Amino acid sequence: MLTQENLNKIQTLKKQFPDTKSLTIPALHIAQEQYGWISEETMKEVAKVLNVPENHVIGVASFYTMFNKKPVGKYHIQLCTNVSCQLLGAEKISEYICKKLNIKVGETTHDNKFTVSEVECLGSCGTAPMMQVNNDYHENLTPEKIDKLLTELK
Amino acid sequence: MTEFSEKILLPFIINLHRIDVYEEHGGYQALRKAVKMKPENVTDEVKKSNLKGRGGGCFPTGLKWTFMPKDSIKPKYLCANGDEGEPGTFKDRQIFELNPHLFIEGCLIAAYAMGVQTIYVYIRGEYTKWINLLQKAIDDAYARNYIGKNILGTNFSAEMYIFKGAGAYICGEESSLMNSIEGDRGYPRVKPPFPAQNGLWGCPTTINNIETLSNVPLIINRGWEWYSKIGAPRHPGTLLFGISGHVNKPGVYELPTGVLLTDLIYKYAGGVSGNKKIKAVIPGGSSTMWLRGEEIESVRMDADSLKAIGTSIGTGGVIIMDEDTDVLKVLARITHFYHHESCGQCTPCREGCGWMEKILKRFLAGEGTMKDIDLLLSVANNIEGNTVCALGDAAAWPVQSVIKKFREEFEKRVRESPIEKKYVAPPHLVTD
Repeated sequence: MLTQENLNKIQTLKKQFPDTKSLTIPALHIAQEQYGWISEETMKEVAKVLNVPENHVIGVASFYTMFNKKPVGKYHIQLCTNVSCQLLGAEKISEYICKKLNIKVGETTHDNKFTVSEVECLGSCGTAPMMQVNNDYHENLTPEKIDKLLTELK
Repeated sequence: MTEFSEKILLPFIINLHRIDVYEEHGGYQALRKAVKMKPENVTDEVKKSNLKGRGGGCFPTGLKWTFMPKDSIKPKYLCANGDEGEPGTFKDRQIFELNPHLFIEGCLIAAYAMGVQTIYVYIRGEYTKWINLLQKAIDDAYARNYIGKNILGTNFSAEMYIFKGAGAYICGEESSLMNSIEGDRGYPRVKPPFPAQNGLWGCPTTINNIETLSNVPLIINRGWEWYSKIGAPRHPGTLLFGISGHVNKPGVYELPTGVLLTDLIYKYAGGVSGNKKIKAVIPGGSSTMWLRGEEIESVRMDADSLKAIGTSIGTGGVIIMDEDTDVLKVLARITHFYHHESCGQCTPCREGCGWMEKILKRFLAGEGTMKDIDLLLSVANNIEGNTVCALGDAAAWPVQSVIKKFREEFEKRVRESPIEKKYVAPPHLVTD
């Protein structure tokens, strides 16, 4: 269940729009913050809270890639592999991280700590290669930086 | 034409993101000036300045504003487009971080000129840090009555909200962006009707890029004549050029339009890494047509100059590839991006992008044939112009330009292929 605090958050956003359907994406963001991912149950719950059809929320949640339709680890590593990052070795960075965590792209470590995804351009082309870990950007990546970061993430 | 060296969007002023510092340096004076003018005169200033949209379309901003009905019983909306998803583009985040109040002030002047009551700032969802920075700036502006009810004691009221995207490149397309705000999948809408007549919730709406709106206070403060003389006359102002790829000093450089591409690369971005030669340049984000390294001499970075050589300024996101770059691999990656980001609404784009990616991957696997080069071009040609929005074109253009300019790379790939490919008919074509 969404916490009362989160329900209130959704409620206060209502004044920003003339109808509640516009809250679909903001409410899914709030739900994902709480659960870490968006299950079908969550989609139905959001539909109920907003009083919109369930299939509408399912349709929207499945369209946008930021909504994780599968559970992810405590730290979701999203590595940009688009052109500017590709030119500066994103492929090697991806291999390095996967080897280090002993998983493949798209997988989660056994302790549920890390999930590695390859994603599209994150708007950090001037500081490539880069990745996002949960909400934070990590730029100008090198193997040393990755070693340091992965040990810091508890 | 390019002597102008002032940084007007991102001046070097410490803590300019703070509202008090911004005010000390003349911040919000343009808004004060604007609300004393007639709204149509504000639009007129912007129109005469010849400011062009910075999101890639280069549409005249003032003209766009005049499309908004003067008298409307329906509410009017302004959407500031900060989706910033075009690969190679990372400029709007600089504005959110370094000079957010300039942008906010620009939004308010635009809202005043068009009679808009609600402003939505659509920012890509991954930009958590920059969303928080802008929200802080918006809160501060509310506290000083630059946003909200009866702004600066006038009858003008406007609200400003950030809308956080959720990971869809297509939402940078203006009608997808509106669908996204309305809580739907980001499907582009068929035009006409245009947003100024039938936008958000069927109401008059204007969508402008973040950088575009940030230019507005400068035009109001210092006048259209001053502005129109910066850079290239038909595309005036400064641009936030983002340069990335194989250069020594990648980053965002604010320079007047019409700057030499070679100056941007060698004078500002520190030249090519390892002093290598340039094989290819993408001049304005991944959607724009590529240039060969030999072509970039004396190329100027403004809308007309780039159009004249068959490409476009796009978002000003320049990507440099050195002589060792495998252009097919890069093209395959870009095509994968469009395939992934195609919303799926129009068949030519949904299917075509996938086919192009498949063919390109055949080349990478050493299985491409000479016939595949023309097949690839034919798929691209059949996507271009046949879709509701420009994503299809954006997917086709890089493919078309790479085939045109680097055909020998495809042919070399086929010739050097380790596998002698024999034609094998697919099972459903075997008649026997």
